[in-house]
Amino acid sequence: MKPGAVAIVGAAETTRLGHIPDMSQIQLHADAALNAMQDAGLTPADIDGVAVAGETPIAIAHYLGITPRWVDGTAVGGCSFMLHVRHAAAAISAGLCRTVLITHGESGRSRIGLNRPPPSPASLVGQFELPFGPMGPPSMFTIPVLRYMKTHGLTHEQLAMVAVVQRQWAGRNPRAMFRDPITVSDVLDSTMIAYPFRLLQCCLVTDGGGALILTAAERARDFPQRPVYVLGTGESVETPMISQMEDFTSSRAFRVAGPTAFAAAGITHKDVDHLMIYDAFAHLPIYGLEDLGFVGRGEAGAFIAAGHTAPGGRLPMNTNGGGLSYTHTGMYGMFALQESVRQMRGTAPAQVEGANISVCHGVGGMFAASGTIIMGREPG
Amino acid sequence: MSDAKRPRPLPTPETQHFWEGTRAGELRLQRCRPCARAYFPPRPFCPHCGGREVEVFVASGQARLYSYVIHHRAVPGFTPPYAIAVVELAEGPRMMSNIVDCPQTPEALVLDMQLEPVFERMDDEITLALFRPARGDTP
Repeated sequence: MKPGAVAIVGAAETTRLGHIPDMSQIQLHADAALNAMQDAGLTPADIDGVAVAGETPIAIAHYLGITPRWVDGTAVGGCSFMLHVRHAAAAISAGLCRTVLITHGESGRSRIGLNRPPPSPASLVGQFELPFGPMGPPSMFTIPVLRYMKTHGLTHEQLAMVAVVQRQWAGRNPRAMFRDPITVSDVLDSTMIAYPFRLLQCCLVTDGGGALILTAAERARDFPQRPVYVLGTGESVETPMISQMEDFTSSRAFRVAGPTAFAAAGITHKDVDHLMIYDAFAHLPIYGLEDLGFVGRGEAGAFIAAGHTAPGGRLPMNTNGGGLSYTHTGMYGMFALQESVRQMRGTAPAQVEGANISVCHGVGGMFAASGTIIMGREPG
Repeated sequence: MSDAKRPRPLPTPETQHFWEGTRAGELRLQRCRPCARAYFPPRPFCPHCGGREVEVFVASGQARLYSYVIHHRAVPGFTPPYAIAVVELAEGPRMMSNIVDCPQTPEALVLDMQLEPVFERMDDEITLALFRPARGDTP
């Protein structure tokens, strides 16, 4: 697939974010989808491809009145939408469909109309992890970190700085849920959740959604918004069991998805103006910066603590405030993609001046999956 | 720690030998005959080479503390704070477990400390492999 052959021509989040007790999960998908269609000047009749995680493409296509000729129900957790962008770009390039709608909606906080079943006690996770008392991502996704800290000497203060820096970005974003500045002490004094992780190192839990619309680059200039081009993409998966990840200091899925996207886009790290790394927990930007090759092994904690990813730094990262401060419905990847689109359109609240290339990197499950999308203001 | 409501695993045909092992006080792993590598969780083929020629063997029980969190929230069957750990067996594979007979603190739970299995009975069918600091009397 040629870099820049496909463009994002519609992008929107749900009208409200945070606490939305009057909408079920499927309506959050629809609210975001209708906003994205309005953004692109389209109606359901113009959409012929649907990609969805959380709900099925069947449920979403029918709810919105779409007759698709291509669907993708890839559901690998919070980075599913990165994979949808990748699959949609391939499908459009192959002529399987013309205009793809990707939707996310999740009532993570209000928990209305959720349909995610708990793991079976007969699954490998059910047999070999759940009996030992993990309760969701805060007590599982975090397990590898002490090994990373011992291997690389990452300090508790450096791990706290991830949350501090992202709050600096959130302070510039009126839609961010948490905007007040915080210090390292605030983080290290917040409630202990799962040592070494405290409350402010864990993501929010919110209601919301987002949607994207993609089409071929040659059509993209006919839409009302400035197109954002898909330059390169990558994906991979590793394991559904955090205890079985190959290397506790690095994600194999990150190491496949990231370089695949860079190679496809034909760019190097010095070309990157803006970066999103899915941050369900404070260690993820650290693993991401290293696994994507922005810094060397063991250097990411000090890199973030030195302010290089903060406002005014040389590698602006998670400029919406991230899952730690902006919003986190459960599958945050859609919100990372939305921020990359805003940065490439030049419409982000904390706009990075002159940004031409954005790397958007997602994680799914607990180091289970990964997707990387590289976007550009120009087709290549 | 109350184990009354700890989530109960449901064995499958491919994992039966493991649960029979813990019931007998043994940690039974599998290894590939051609490539000689041990692996976990159970499956009737080698995840390294794809070969079906595999055998069950009894692990030494020697293990080290590989990584963990100390969970501070209430979970049925557990009294917080409690560690959710990953241990690395001398034979190579890692598994999730709990560390017992040891304070659940960062000071007491030191990475790479030597561990040995303790078999904790849940009911007639299920016995879990937990770990405790090695007492030096293991082989």
